[in-house]
Amino acid sequence: MILSTSLNSTSYSFIDKLKAVDYFLIIIVAIIGSLSVFSIYSTESGNFSFYTKNHLTRFLVFFSMFLVLSFVRVSFWYRQAYIFYILGTLLLLLVIFFGISASGSKRWINLFIMNLQPSELMKIAIIVCFARYYHRIQSSDIQSYKYLLQPIILLLIPCYLVITQPDLGTAILIAGSGLAIIWLAGLNLKYFIYSGLILLVSLPFVISILKPYQKSRILTFFNPDRDPLGAGYQIIQSKIAIGSGGLLGKGFLQGTQSYLEFLPEKHTDFIFTLFSEEFGFVGSMLLILLYALLIYRIIRIGFSSRSFFAKLYCYGFASALFLYIFVNIAMVVGLLPIVGAPLPIMSYGGSSMLSIMLGLSIVMSCKIYSRDPIGN
Amino acid sequence: MIKKTDNLNKNKIISRRLFVLVAAKIGLLGIVTSRLYNLQISQKQKYEVLSDKNRIREWKTPPQRGIITDYFNNVIADNQRVYQVHLSLEEVSNFNNSIFKLKNIISLKEDEIKKIYDKKEKSKPWDTLIISENLSWNEFSKLNLYLHELDGAKPVLSTSRYYPYSNDLVHVVGYVGDATTQDIQNKKKIEENFVPGLKVGKIGIENSKDTDLIGNHGTKRYEVNASGKKISEISYNKETQGENLRTTIDLEIQQLAQGLLKNQAGSICVMDIYTGEVITMASSPTYDPNKFTNGISTKDWNEIKNNKLRPLLNKSLAGLYSPGSTIKPLVALAALEYGIIDKKFKVNCKGHDHPYELYGERYHCWKKNGHGWMSMRNAIKQSCDIYFYEVARLLGVDKLSLIAKRYGLGSKVLEDFFSEEKKGIVPSTKWKKQVLEQSWYLGETVITGIGQGYIQTTPLQLCLMTAQLANGGFKIKPNLIYDKEIDLDIIKSKIESEKKKSVSQNILEDQEFKYYERLYRNPNNLKLVLDAMYGSTNEQFGTSFRSRHKEDKYKFAGKTGTSQVKRITDQDRELDLDLEEIEYKSRDHALFIAFAPYDKPRYSLSVLIEHGGSGSKAAAPIANKLIKKILDRHELREKIRKDLKNIA
Repeated sequence: MILSTSLNSTSYSFIDKLKAVDYFLIIIVAIIGSLSVFSIYSTESGNFSFYTKNHLTRFLVFFSMFLVLSFVRVSFWYRQAYIFYILGTLLLLLVIFFGISASGSKRWINLFIMNLQPSELMKIAIIVCFARYYHRIQSSDIQSYKYLLQPIILLLIPCYLVITQPDLGTAILIAGSGLAIIWLAGLNLKYFIYSGLILLVSLPFVISILKPYQKSRILTFFNPDRDPLGAGYQIIQSKIAIGSGGLLGKGFLQGTQSYLEFLPEKHTDFIFTLFSEEFGFVGSMLLILLYALLIYRIIRIGFSSRSFFAKLYCYGFASALFLYIFVNIAMVVGLLPIVGAPLPIMSYGGSSMLSIMLGLSIVMSCKIYSRDPIGN
Repeated sequence: MIKKTDNLNKNKIISRRLFVLVAAKIGLLGIVTSRLYNLQISQKQKYEVLSDKNRIREWKTPPQRGIITDYFNNVIADNQRVYQVHLSLEEVSNFNNSIFKLKNIISLKEDEIKKIYDKKEKSKPWDTLIISENLSWNEFSKLNLYLHELDGAKPVLSTSRYYPYSNDLVHVVGYVGDATTQDIQNKKKIEENFVPGLKVGKIGIENSKDTDLIGNHGTKRYEVNASGKKISEISYNKETQGENLRTTIDLEIQQLAQGLLKNQAGSICVMDIYTGEVITMASSPTYDPNKFTNGISTKDWNEIKNNKLRPLLNKSLAGLYSPGSTIKPLVALAALEYGIIDKKFKVNCKGHDHPYELYGERYHCWKKNGHGWMSMRNAIKQSCDIYFYEVARLLGVDKLSLIAKRYGLGSKVLEDFFSEEKKGIVPSTKWKKQVLEQSWYLGETVITGIGQGYIQTTPLQLCLMTAQLANGGFKIKPNLIYDKEIDLDIIKSKIESEKKKSVSQNILEDQEFKYYERLYRNPNNLKLVLDAMYGSTNEQFGTSFRSRHKEDKYKFAGKTGTSQVKRITDQDRELDLDLEEIEYKSRDHALFIAFAPYDKPRYSLSVLIEHGGSGSKAAAPIANKLIKKILDRHELREKIRKDLKNIA
């Protein structure tokens, strides 16, 4: 029954589809994308070289992909949801055998045109999969163990696979996205409280199985000065960069912390730091505002969608997006330990860009085909 | 199938749950925003400082030492261009390898290499190491040829201290060397301006005036990246040169004096009797200060240290000697001032067969056959010991000590200018009680009268004493560095007004005198003494008669002295050996004090030859040559004095 598809889909004219597109959302994405290109350009001290070229190409390619895929019917995503999930899991398994290692972890598979990070795709796959799963379940059944057990297993498999890469940050983001949908579907609050307590109790055990570098990152989070030249270096330098940016920042290409190489991983996880150093508090707030607008538009699309799948997907994706942004910024300003989480669109990295654009195109498809009744 | 009511219900749940999520998001956003506000607005200053600390690194550039000249502006301590090789540690990929390569290009000895490794241990990764401070031109050009193979090595043109008259002025100017931890701790100026390789004064003027000479270091501020590599120069606060110093020394006279002392141990001091300017302060033997600049080799150091004539001792102000007969004018003056004797007072000197006797002790005159009846003038002229035994006995040691101190004995001439200067000893009954915890014996008074016994003076003190006698009895301020505050005309007018003042009641009591105050009770007493000194040099039977100048303009007055280094026994007296027959260490020190020209005195001098035998044979002839030179250069010196005054 679950795999049965609806055949009586509504037909749309091309003009209707174009009218239905949320151009505002596209503009926001384009603005953030441009900012990201300038930021990467700045990490290379104003040279249009390797990283900038790559990033610009990826953004243009995946942005176009986002626009094209927006016209794929939302029912397609609904139908292929589990396939998407299975594909993602298979890719994660492939990583174990054929993965490429870099700085101590094995996260990528070589696709010749790019190195794909399947855990990034899994961030979207889990949302699509759960949206479909809860689309069909009656509200009265949600609290039953039978229907609770399945999503938990579905969530644990990719999380486990990602943790063992090891990539704690992405695993947390996948878990967070999944949990957001379970929450939205209406699972009783007590389950969240119970599992929270269980997590707290098992924390010592969890810490004991963490890799030494992960442990030191967590300890460093609580006291960055513990090892200022070692594990604490990144967070200290990041805070210095952000703090010294002040109200208006040091100016474009003037971020001394960045171009003098004090800032680690400035292309990826610490891109916000660079942006914040160069454009100050005002710039940071503008960027956050852009993200907030983006999330708002996504929620709005979910709100006006008829199907639960679309609603759950949009709300879920919006929550996941928020989670990515929050974790990244909180991390670089020293509110959370450094776990390795890119800033959507801004950070350098193809897989992350691909998954965000893919996620957005599903959102857009929810908008364009909002009248599609799904899976009835 | 999903019922419609359930759909509504489900919609409601999702919306409610979304609301909670959005609320949570807004809350979290608030936290992030406040954190950003805290970092970028509230704590901006703190992080700005930290950011600058990250990116800006300062390099100190060494200050330039001030130049030292003599009175006539001849440079006596200079800064010379030197070729050096520095190694910038941050650019060196393999330190051992670099040193090995350098060793083959410039000659580095094993101990030098060891020193380099020691220095490297103490330096920071971005420091620059000085590998060699003074390369020959050959080494330097060879280095430039192989430079491409030596990462981090830099040929540097720097400056180093150079003393063009090497040995001749070492006892005045001193030398420089690397700053030690102690130097840095002791002098704030050194601490403030310290850079690796900074040279500081170790002795002499270089040490005394270090604070003025050092100058201020420069600061180069560079922007550096995370690995410490210089990216760009932000600012350069240029280093400054220290103050240039003009000394009161006359290089030509100093060189002549050092020449006259060659191969002997001794001292020559020359002073302006009004301005107190030290014109010459020679001490022999000397050594080469240039050897110390870059660290002296063990061989050279041992050679200097083991020399029996003690080159390291500045004999002019750190050598202590019994003044011998050179004290006699002062003894006579004291006795005249206190009214113990007058110029007619006579004592009979009867030769070695009938010596002076006191409580069974016998005191001999140097003259075997005796001088006969001696007046004060003759006693000074012929340096009769018997006369001064008697005068001293009558005067008493305490009065003698008081006058001796007044005229400059027993205290440091240049105050604290030189750390090595000695005070010497002017004994008194009180001194003996305090220091030796013994009572004074009258016999000790008697020998003090001829400058033997406890009394110890430096040649510079004798020179000052002579000056203050020759200028008519006024206290002067000795100095070695040109000081525009010390003006000859002002001093002369001060002295003139002092002369006219009526003498104070307590002039003969112990008291402190200000500069240019009169030190005497009756000017005639001084005249008698100076006249007797004239006789000593210019009349037959005078002890320095053979060293006199016949030409009027060079005429000078002096007093010889022969200071015993051990007690003369009856056996010695019996043997009456020639100088060459006595062991060097047992020979007497030869002394001579003088002032010139006699009719209008201007300069005083003291000559000391260690173990030179008699003052009249060894010391007085030296004075003869010196005085001619000094007086020949008088006009020139006065011209410079006027020029300097006009500039000021």
